[in-house]
Amino acid sequence: MSVTGRLREPALAKRHRIGKLFEWLCCGSTWFGVVVLLLLLLSVGWKAMTWPTADADAADRAAAMKTDAPSSAAATSARPLSTRFLTSYDSRIPQKAGIKAALWGSLWLLVFVGLATVPIGVGAAIYLEEYSNEGRWKRIIQVNLSNLAGVPSIVYGILGLTVFVRMFGLFGHDGKVLDLNLGFTVLAVPLPFERSVISGALTLSLLVLPTVIVAAQEALRAVPSSIRTASYALGATQWQTIRHQVLPAAMPGIMTGVILSLSRAMGETAPLIMIGALTYLARCPGHIDSVSSVWEHPTGLLEAPFDVFTSLPIQIFNWVSRAQPEYDHLAAAGIIVLLVVLMCMNTAAILIRNRFQRRTLW
Amino acid sequence: MSVAQATSPLSIKRPSSLTRRVSWTRAREQIIRAVLFLCGALSLLTTAGIIIVLFTEAIYSFGGTAFFQSVSITDFLFDTVWAPQHPDHPRFGILPLLCGTFVIAGLGGLIGLPIGLASAIYLSEYAKPKMRRIVKPVLEILAGIPTVVYGYFALVFVTPYVLRPIFQTWLGFNVDIFNALSAGIVVGVMIIPTVCSLSEDALRAVPRGLREAGYALGSTKFDVSLKVVVPAALSGILASFLLAMARAIGETMAVTIAAGQQPRLTLNPFRGMETMTAYIVNISLGDTEAGSMEYKSLYAVALSLFVITLLMNVLAQWVLKRFREVYE
Amino acid sequence: MTLMQSFSELMHQRQQRETVNRSRPVETEVTKLDVRNLNFFYGDKQALFDVSMRVAERSVTAFIGPSGCGKSTFLRTLNRMNDIIEGTGHNGRVLLEGQDIYARDVDVVALRKRVGMVFQKSTPFPKSIFENVAYGPRVAGQNQYKALVEIVEQSLKRAALWDEVKDRMNDSALALSGGQQQRLCIARALATNPDVLLMDEPASALDPASTARIEDLIFELKQNYTIVIVTHNMQQAARISDRTAFFFQGYLIEVDATQKLFTTPTKKQTEDYITGRFG
Repeated sequence: MSVTGRLREPALAKRHRIGKLFEWLCCGSTWFGVVVLLLLLLSVGWKAMTWPTADADAADRAAAMKTDAPSSAAATSARPLSTRFLTSYDSRIPQKAGIKAALWGSLWLLVFVGLATVPIGVGAAIYLEEYSNEGRWKRIIQVNLSNLAGVPSIVYGILGLTVFVRMFGLFGHDGKVLDLNLGFTVLAVPLPFERSVISGALTLSLLVLPTVIVAAQEALRAVPSSIRTASYALGATQWQTIRHQVLPAAMPGIMTGVILSLSRAMGETAPLIMIGALTYLARCPGHIDSVSSVWEHPTGLLEAPFDVFTSLPIQIFNWVSRAQPEYDHLAAAGIIVLLVVLMCMNTAAILIRNRFQRRTLW
Repeated sequence: MSVAQATSPLSIKRPSSLTRRVSWTRAREQIIRAVLFLCGALSLLTTAGIIIVLFTEAIYSFGGTAFFQSVSITDFLFDTVWAPQHPDHPRFGILPLLCGTFVIAGLGGLIGLPIGLASAIYLSEYAKPKMRRIVKPVLEILAGIPTVVYGYFALVFVTPYVLRPIFQTWLGFNVDIFNALSAGIVVGVMIIPTVCSLSEDALRAVPRGLREAGYALGSTKFDVSLKVVVPAALSGILASFLLAMARAIGETMAVTIAAGQQPRLTLNPFRGMETMTAYIVNISLGDTEAGSMEYKSLYAVALSLFVITLLMNVLAQWVLKRFREVYE
Repeated sequence: MTLMQSFSELMHQRQQRETVNRSRPVETEVTKLDVRNLNFFYGDKQALFDVSMRVAERSVTAFIGPSGCGKSTFLRTLNRMNDIIEGTGHNGRVLLEGQDIYARDVDVVALRKRVGMVFQKSTPFPKSIFENVAYGPRVAGQNQYKALVEIVEQSLKRAALWDEVKDRMNDSALALSGGQQQRLCIARALATNPDVLLMDEPASALDPASTARIEDLIFELKQNYTIVIVTHNMQQAARISDRTAFFFQGYLIEVDATQKLFTTPTKKQTEDYITGRFG
C-alpha cells in the first residue's frame, strides 16, 4: 500500500461523517433551549399584548351587562398588560383585573424572606466554614443540606402548612389572637399564623435556606486564608477576624447568592398554594397600597405580616385555572410582570458580581 | 520599654499575662459560636420537622389516627383506584398517581436527559468560548423561570399549537386539552439546565491527558467525546440524571396546570393524568377539613413523594462522591 | 571531564547489549521522518525556530535539552498533537516517508494511527485493561471480539506486560502500578499498529526499576518501530538512543549519533549542557 494512500484512508471518511453528524446533533440540542426560551417569551408576550380576538366584543358586552356600562368601558384598556393592570386589584371582570395585590404581596414576602434567610443563612455558612473544623457536625449538616436542596418544594409547603399555618393544631380549632400592647397601638397576632404573610415568608425561607447557605459558603471559601492569618497575627479574636475582615470581603459574593435565592423564592408557587394563599383578594397586606398610605396609617406596617396575601405566581396560577379565555391573557400579562421582577433581581445580582470582580484582585 | 509605652499616644493596653481567664471577650466568642451553631443546626431541625410532620400524620399518630392506621399499606400500594372523595367507599390506591408521576417524569427524562447531555458535550468538547458565553446565560435563564410559567406555556402554547396540530390533525389521536405529553415536554425543558450544567462539570473534570491519549490513538473528535470522555465522566453524568429525575418527579406547578386533575391509570400520553404533586395541590385548593381522611391522604402522598426523591438524591450524592474519588 | 568518561562507559555497555540484541547495521538506514525548516508558534510566541532533522527508520532518536527548550513541542508536531491547542501555527514541512503531514488533504486521524504517542503521565482510560488496549482498534472499526483478543494479547506481549496482566484483563486499568500503567499505555499505542512511536518523557514519573523495564522495552521495540523519545535524563538518552538531538531555546543546536554527541559535541552549548554547566 502506498504511503500517500495510507494518510487518506477512504474508510475514515465515514467516521468523519458520523462525527460531523454528532456535532450537529449536539449543537442542535444546545440551541434547543434557546429556541424554547424564545418561543416561550414570544407566546407569552403575544398573549399579554392582545385580548382574545373572536370573543372580545362578546366578553365586553357580558361584562357591561353585569356592571355599570360607562364605568366599565372607561376602565377597559386596549391590552391586558398596561399601567392600569399594575394599579388595579383582581376582578371578576377580566378587563378590569389587575395585579396590584399580588405585587404588594410579593414585595412583603421578599422583605420577610430576606430578613429571615440572610442572618440565618450567613450565620450557618460562617459556622460551617470558619468554626466547625471539618468535624462531624460539619459533615452531618453538609449532607443534610444537599438532601434538603433536593426535597420537592411542595413538601416544604406541607411543612409550612402544619407548622406555621396550623401550628400542629395546638391552639385548638379556631385559634387564638394574641393582643400585643405596644403602647401606641395594639397588635393582634393570630395564633396559629393562619394564611398570613408571615406563614408564607417563613415557609419560603425554609425552602431557600439551603441554597443561601451553600452560596454564602462558596463566597466565604473564596476569601483567601492569608487575610485570616494576618488578622490573627495582629491579635484579633476569631469573631473579630470574621466580622471585620472575612465578612466584608465575602459580602458581594454573599449578596449575589442571596439575591439569586430570593428570586427563586419569588417564583415559587406550590408551597404558597399549600399554605392557602390562593384566594380572591382585593386588598394589600396591612392596607398598604402605596408609599403615601404608609404615612397615613403607619401601623399598617406592623399589621401587614399577619394579614392575608397573594403573590405574583399565585395570581398567575389563579388566572390560568379560570375558564374564560380572557384570563389566559391576563395570566400572560402577570407572567411578564413576574419575569421583569425576576430579571431586575438577577441583573442586580450580576451587577454586584461584576463590580466585585473588578474591584478586588486576589 | 515601659517609658515608651506610657508616652506613646498610640499605645494600647497590653495583656500582662498569657494565662486564660474569664473575660467579656472570651465569653462573647463562645456565645457567638453557639448562636452560629444554632443557625447551622436549623437545617437539621427542618429535616426533622419534615420527617416528624409526615410521620405523625401518615404513619403513626399519638393522639388521633394517622393515615396508615386506617388504610392498610397493601391497599395503598396495590389498589388501582384513587378515589378519596367517594362518599361511601373512598379508595386510596396510589398507583394511578404514581403512574401519572412516572409517565410525566419519564417523558420529561426522554426529552431532557439526552438534550441536556448532548448540550453538555457540545459546550465542553466542541463549543468555542464565544458560543459558551451566549448559551450558558440562556440556560441559566431557563433554570430561573418559575415553574408556573412553564405550566402556562404547556397549556396555552404546546398543547394547542404543537401537539394538537401534529397528533390530532395529522395522526388522528385524540389529544385532551390537559395531557401528560405537554407536561412531560415542559418538564423535559425544565431539567435541561440541571443535566447540562452538572454533566458539563463532570465532562470538564476529565483530565486533558485522557483526551490527548485518545487523539494519539487515531480517534476522531467524535470518538474522543463519546468513547473516552463520556465513559470517564459516566458517574458524574449519572448523578446529574438522578438529580434531574428527582426534580422532574417533585415538579408541581407545571404538571398541575398542564396534566389536569384526573387520577388515571394509563400510559396514553395524550390523556390527562394526575401526579402525586398535583393531587397535593388540588386537595389544598379545595375546602378539605383538617383531620378528614382526604386531608390525611395528602400526608401519605407527600411521604411517598419525599421518600422517592430522597432516595434518588442520596443515590446521586453517593455516585457523585465515587466520581470525585476517581479524579482527586 | 569525568562526566564525558562516564558517558563513554555507558556507550560501551550499550554496545555490548546491542550485539546481544543483534541490531541491524546502521548503514542500511532509511529516512522515516524528514523535518525541513519547521517554525512553530503559540499565538505570537515562537516556540521552534527553523528546525530541520531526519529520523531514521527503526532507530531510537532522543531529544534532550533544558525544560522549555521546545523538545516536547517539536515531538508533538510530529503527529500534529498541537492541532488540539487553540491558536497554534507553523510553517515548514514535516515529511513522513516523503509525504507532508501538514498537507491540506492529510487526515490527522490516519496520521495519528501511524504515529503513536506515549505521554509523560500515564493516561489509562478508566476502563478495564482489555478495553484500554482494544480502544484503538475498536475506534478504527475492528469489532470482531476474536480479532480484538488477538491484537490485545500481541500488543501486551510486545509491551512486556502480558505475563503480569493476562489473568486480570477485566480489572480496572487504574489498579495497575505506575510502571505497569505506562507499559499499558505503550501496549495501547502499539495496538493501532503504528510505525512511529513518539514518547514524551515516558519514564520521568517512574521509579528506577520501572524505568529500567521501560528502557529495555524501548530497546526491544526498536526492531520494529521508529522511536522518538523526549527525555530530560541524559543518561537515559545515552543508554537507549542511536541518535540524540539537543534543543535549546527553541533551536535545534545539534543532532548526531548519540555516542558522538555525548563524547565530542561540536557546539559549545551542547558541551555546557552535557557537562552540567547549565540546565
